[in-house]
Amino acid sequence: MHVCQRCVSLLLSRPLSAALQHSTRALHQRSHLTLLQHSTRHTLSQRHSRQTWRHFADHQAASPDVYNKIDLAQKEVVPLNSDVHRIDLDAAVHTSPLQEISEEEAVQIQVPYALPPESSTLRPYVDKSETLSKLVQLGVNLWKLEQRPNVGSMLVRLDFHADVAPSLLFLKDLGVEESKLGQLLTKNPFILTESLDNLEARVSYLKSKKFSKQSVAAMVSKAPYLLNFSVERLDNRLGFFQKQLGLSAEKARDIVTRLPKLLCGSLEPIKENLKVCELEFGFRGNEIQHIVTTVPKVLIANKRKLTQIFDFVHNTMDVPHSLVAKFPQVLNAKFLRIRERHLFLEYLGRAQYQPSQPNYISLDRLVFLPDDVFCSEVALATLEDFERFQKRL
Amino acid sequence: MTSQAVRLFRKMDGLFAVYKPQGVHWKHVRDSTESNLLKALNSCPPPAPQLAVQFQLLSGGENSSSTDVVLSPSMVPTLADHPLVTGPQFHKVHVGVGHRLDAFSSGVLVLGVGKGNGVLEHLCNSHVTRDYTLEGEFGKATDNFTHTGRVIEKTTYDHVTLDKLERVLAMIQGANQKALIMYSQVDLHTQEAYELAVRGLLYPHGKSPPILTGLRCIHFNPPHFTLEVQCVNETQKYLRKLIHEVGLELRTSAVCSGVRRTRDGPFKVENALTRQHWTASSIIQAIAHFSKVTRKIRKSGMYKQTAGQLNSSAQVQEQTRSQTEQINQEHVELSSSTSDTVVDRETPVTLSEGRTKH
Repeated sequence: MHVCQRCVSLLLSRPLSAALQHSTRALHQRSHLTLLQHSTRHTLSQRHSRQTWRHFADHQAASPDVYNKIDLAQKEVVPLNSDVHRIDLDAAVHTSPLQEISEEEAVQIQVPYALPPESSTLRPYVDKSETLSKLVQLGVNLWKLEQRPNVGSMLVRLDFHADVAPSLLFLKDLGVEESKLGQLLTKNPFILTESLDNLEARVSYLKSKKFSKQSVAAMVSKAPYLLNFSVERLDNRLGFFQKQLGLSAEKARDIVTRLPKLLCGSLEPIKENLKVCELEFGFRGNEIQHIVTTVPKVLIANKRKLTQIFDFVHNTMDVPHSLVAKFPQVLNAKFLRIRERHLFLEYLGRAQYQPSQPNYISLDRLVFLPDDVFCSEVALATLEDFERFQKRL
Repeated sequence: MTSQAVRLFRKMDGLFAVYKPQGVHWKHVRDSTESNLLKALNSCPPPAPQLAVQFQLLSGGENSSSTDVVLSPSMVPTLADHPLVTGPQFHKVHVGVGHRLDAFSSGVLVLGVGKGNGVLEHLCNSHVTRDYTLEGEFGKATDNFTHTGRVIEKTTYDHVTLDKLERVLAMIQGANQKALIMYSQVDLHTQEAYELAVRGLLYPHGKSPPILTGLRCIHFNPPHFTLEVQCVNETQKYLRKLIHEVGLELRTSAVCSGVRRTRDGPFKVENALTRQHWTASSIIQAIAHFSKVTRKIRKSGMYKQTAGQLNSSAQVQEQTRSQTEQINQEHVELSSSTSDTVVDRETPVTLSEGRTKH
């Protein structure tokens, strides 16, 4: 222990009892304190700006028995320690980097990783964020989601255990398969921010309309935004399909289960499509019902494309309304495919679409079969002939 | 070490021809081929993820009962390289279009991929003609010259016969020959000009209106008829208007029911890809098939570029001299043939001259 000259001189100047020897260190510091006090009494007025001396002054005011030199020996170390502690507050850093520490302490030091405050991609945050890594393991396409505005920041801010896990458990309870969860979240990440009460209310509404558990799960997988819509909106849509189309409840349920997108989009294009079928094409009510129950996609198809296909099928191929209503898959097919195949059959002389005549070709076979099967079975020609004919159109 | 995707991408460099169906915009064709190529590239397995060093606190082995904590390093693949986080490997493949076809027409459409886009430019500037098959119908006239437009007038066509049609076509061909000579900026009174005309090497320089170098009727079955056309600098609307003018010359009216391009320079319809074959594997095969043609076009394009740059240098003079030498050699061959053939070759030029006098 280093002892300075002045302290030594002080110590030697005063009579030391045996009891003092164990607390020489404390005394030494105390003597320093007294020394400093002596010096500060004179210099206090000159040095108020310095923080250290101010603390001294406070300390002196607090405990006047510091000045009592006679009681030094009998004093305990504790009050001295407290004074020492307060003084050391402003001294140099407690733990100097050169200070030696044990191996265990060294191993347990954790350096915090500095994440960039802003980034245009989620790549720097994926490894460090529990939410994002769990989402990637589920199969969520983070790259697609970060293209959408604000979705990336929303995902980074989510807490896995508080926000994400309850929603995922809810979806699992609903019956959505784990393999489909990734796709669902990629299409609709906002299902994680929707409150569980709302989600449960909507599911209970659907179940009250007699949708089975499996059908609800299938609907949610096919139309990820379904549960983000309010109960009133779902009710409005279901009511429309039942009233406007004049369908029974069971048939309406069937259509909606097969194409849940009907409940998500706006009703105006559907109303327009129905008007087109009724007025422009001239289908009767029961024919429209049959078409819609067989191919619900006709309700949300593009009006112009639908008109083009029907115009070709009815006017150029001379297929009557009844046959088109019987095979509504034709309205769902690609126009170019129908055109090329019909012209090929016409060139070969096999374009026979009347069921009463021999060599009848049904419309669904015309449209549904792949090219090679169509050529071999329906047209009775080779695929090369068909391709050569395509280059003549 | 190149990945499979990069090796596949390097094969996608060159020109190929596609058969555009009627009713489809050329942009749709270009976008479909680009998305099919990208699909094939991104379906290749991604490169292995990078490994990062992670330190983990593990308690020291079962031997020691004390709580010794040990830091052990391990290489862990980073999630930041997962394909769901980085996205697809390829975002864009440069696919360019040569001479465009409007939505009503169908036929051969030349597309260039990657480095082939530069060659496309040379193709467009080069002296190639295009072959069309035009289908016409007598009896009506519409506002946009097609059979789907709004009908403006209807006429009879009983008086139309094949030889009347052929006479009209010959007249049109003559007028086009005259225009060709005029726009090729060649002085008719020179020997070189005669040689070029005889061998059919006249070509319009600079901006010129559409010129038909060949025109004939291949099918006549009133009211329907089919014309075959070889032309330069054309648009499909001009060809439909041509059908309308043929009808007018015959004192009836005609509409066009089909414009089909059967050849675009060296790219013929037999090797064009139909819609089922717009996939990456077929496209790469087609590029390999046309690689010789592509190289020829590139070479001729580079030659023309350098010739244009060094306008008055000695090199160009040498080249022109060699060209004239070639022409002279061929002239020697020609003069060795009989006089009848020489006379025959003279007639096309004199005929057109005769018409201009009238």
